[in-house]
Amino acid sequence: MVGVVVAIIWMKDLIAVVMLLGIYGLLTASFFMAMDAVDVAFTEASVGAGISTLLLLVAIAKTKRKEHPSRHKPLLALLVVLVTGGLLIYGTYDMPIFGMADAPAHTHVAQRYIEDSYDEIGIPNIVTSVLSSYRGFDTFGEVVVIFTAGLGILGLLSTVNGTGTRKKLPTINDSIENQHIVLRIVGKILIPFILLFALYVQFHGEYGPGGGFQAGVIFGAGIILYAMLFGMDIARRVISQSLIQLIAAFGVLLYGAVGVVSFLNGGTFLDYNVLLENPVAGQHLGILLIELGVGMTVASVIIIIFFNFAGRKGPQQISDDLGA
Amino acid sequence: MDMFMEILSGIFLLIGALLVLAGGIGLIRFPDFYTRMHATGVTDTLASTMIIIGMMLLNPGALVIMKLIIILLLILLTSPTAGHALAKAAFRSGLKPISNNKSQQESKSSKR
Repeated sequence: MVGVVVAIIWMKDLIAVVMLLGIYGLLTASFFMAMDAVDVAFTEASVGAGISTLLLLVAIAKTKRKEHPSRHKPLLALLVVLVTGGLLIYGTYDMPIFGMADAPAHTHVAQRYIEDSYDEIGIPNIVTSVLSSYRGFDTFGEVVVIFTAGLGILGLLSTVNGTGTRKKLPTINDSIENQHIVLRIVGKILIPFILLFALYVQFHGEYGPGGGFQAGVIFGAGIILYAMLFGMDIARRVISQSLIQLIAAFGVLLYGAVGVVSFLNGGTFLDYNVLLENPVAGQHLGILLIELGVGMTVASVIIIIFFNFAGRKGPQQISDDLGA
Repeated sequence: MDMFMEILSGIFLLIGALLVLAGGIGLIRFPDFYTRMHATGVTDTLASTMIIIGMMLLNPGALVIMKLIIILLLILLTSPTAGHALAKAAFRSGLKPISNNKSQQESKSSKR
């Protein structure tokens, strides 16, 4: 992994750098698997090795391919980084050794989670119970961060297509579109199964590895595959921009609404015990709803980012427009 | 019987590993993009198939075998398509396959 990181910093060709980043994501996912952290490995593989590579490639297609040569040597920045890194490493000497059994993280909190999670919440996957119930507020922050990233992309890059750009939909029988026929057929076979798998991961996250984040990424990747194979026009008709923005906002709203309903029922914010009469059933309902909110927001933000990146003209098209 | 299945699954896994190694050697040693694509496309798909069959023979339970079959179908469907997409993109961008100069004038064949 260190070799891959050194190569990433050293190379100037950005497409090779993106491929190396994908390899790094895959190596990190295998590393997590080797440490028995399956949920984290799943998320890292889908986000780091899948979506990140794709979105960076789309960004490179719209900008330049070579890294701009730097005009000065950033020695002061290097000094600051080395000093800060050195202080941070020095600060870790006081922490307990990695994996030591009597560290406070392993004796107090983790023990309570492992012993009481099944009785209090009733789902087998402890990672999901910690993520959605014990630490539900932190996950709420993560969802809001993702939503804000989508908002930022929309604010910076959004190009509103006027209604005058309605043209005839290209059909599969056009001779120009026959060029991609193998990809389209395989895509038509696979995309329903990709979306179905995303739904499976979403709702099965309580019993196995999965949950809202991974499911949202897989769903977004399925829709991006559809948009790449059949063209942005058809994809925009299938999923219009306003619908996607609505779904993104609704996901965050759903999450927050679960917390507020807990208020109204007499508990604290995001306390699922008071949602239904039976506390364990209340936990199930609360986790189901917030995972749904997370999945919706993540999927729609990824689709928003891709549609806004891909809708802009690349440097080749801009020069064509200027030359024509 | 169990011992026999374990040895058989080990043989499949070994064949898969050797195929991946052959694909890697081909990736480095072949002279042209299209020949390299041919090397990795064929060997990667077959190697993944061998490895998955090797894992299925260990008999881990019906549910896991079903999931492995689905993964196998997915790999058989997507890996050749990915190779096709790469080769087609390279051809559309103008990368010509290498050939001797004499035969390039007579034949117009190239990878489609």
